[in-house]
Amino acid sequence: MIRQILTFTLLFLFLIALQVLVLNNIQLGGYLNPYLYVLFVLLLPFDTPKWLLLIVAFALGFGVDLFSSTMGMHTMAIVFMAFLRLGVLKLIAPRDGYDASQKPGLQDFDFRWFLTYASILTFAHHFLLFFIEVFRFSDFFFTFSKVITSSGFTILLLLVSQLFNYNAQAKR
Amino acid sequence: MRNLLGFLSRNSFFLFFLFLEGIAALLLFQNNRFQRSEFLNSSNAASGSFYQLVNNATMYFDLAEINEQLAAENADLRRQLTGSKIEIFGKNFIINDTVYQQAYNFTEATVINSTVSKANNYITLNKGSFAGVEAGMGVIGPQGIIGIVKTVSTRFSSVMTVLHTQSKVSAKLKDQRYLGSLVWDGKDYQYGQLIDIPKNANVMLGDTVISSGYSSIFPTGINLATVTSIEKPEGKNFYDITVKLINDFKKIEKVYVVKNVLREEQDKLEAEAQEGDNND
Repeated sequence: MIRQILTFTLLFLFLIALQVLVLNNIQLGGYLNPYLYVLFVLLLPFDTPKWLLLIVAFALGFGVDLFSSTMGMHTMAIVFMAFLRLGVLKLIAPRDGYDASQKPGLQDFDFRWFLTYASILTFAHHFLLFFIEVFRFSDFFFTFSKVITSSGFTILLLLVSQLFNYNAQAKR
Repeated sequence: MRNLLGFLSRNSFFLFFLFLEGIAALLLFQNNRFQRSEFLNSSNAASGSFYQLVNNATMYFDLAEINEQLAAENADLRRQLTGSKIEIFGKNFIINDTVYQQAYNFTEATVINSTVSKANNYITLNKGSFAGVEAGMGVIGPQGIIGIVKTVSTRFSSVMTVLHTQSKVSAKLKDQRYLGSLVWDGKDYQYGQLIDIPKNANVMLGDTVISSGYSSIFPTGINLATVTSIEKPEGKNFYDITVKLINDFKKIEKVYVVKNVLREEQDKLEAEAQEGDNND
């Protein structure tokens, strides 16, 4: 338990640093803005209390906002995503439900499950984020195309990140 | 109450979510000027269009009053235009000198009305008693004598020009001692007559007529006219000299009002002397 908290704290700090120091500088043609920090909310254990989930998401978004001087934008988007996570998990749950020993990720689940899980939440997060950023629905399709491309890029990065601690032998 | 608490506990997670989103929204609108202004704009757009609709209907009832207000405002603005103002105090200039005492001061003025075609012609200047103009003062132009101030109001003065049948300016031929008077016969505004020049004077065509300075109105030596014809009438002691006035009275615009600082002293002395004559 302690080890888990420590791991997630480090991950929390690492993802914020990665986001504000590296990924915020990647803006290919104004379309591709990857937001990899959503990984943190995706990876939280299944038995995380609901309220803690929201608070952690809030803190994460606040941290990113603090360093990108976009007060409230990322916070709103990531809290919304954390809220959706419960419903999405319920929606794509395996027939026998989740095991407390399982972690959401490629290690314990198949590729299709993880892709669905990550795609829905990432898309929701990016959709809210980009529309808060422009704050209007005119030029809807321009903004929407940014949402699509950036989501695709983020999802790609999410999949790559899963390979870091992927152990083929341990795969069930 | 129980239902309310039940509702709250049942939806506590959702309410907590809304609470956090509310904080985020607060942060968003507090710290990002763009989102705040957009939010205010869009919320104003709804109420704004409603008020516009109401205003469109009600403004017709106020049209008469609005027209009146606009007309009053127009008049007020027109009054403030520089074109509807005059300079009250002009640029007076006085030269201090220890060797020569200043005898004449000059005040520049602008002709705002003039005639040349009447038998008695006057011009109006834009300076009056506020600028120190008094009746009896002389008025000269850049090229000679214009006339004498006849009446003065606070901001204007009326000048009897040389082109007046009663005008009589003390004059003399340049480089000669004989005194005469420049008068006008009321015919051609370009020509005047020099009278009272005795026949023994040596007058030539083209001679310059200047002011004598004896009248205490004008300084001495101001060019007035040039001689164009000389007649020696039979049985008279004086020439009939026709002179061409240097001033073109149709074109005068900038003039100077001449104030003789010592005039009062001179007039008083002369009056005393005459009084002495009468008493004898």
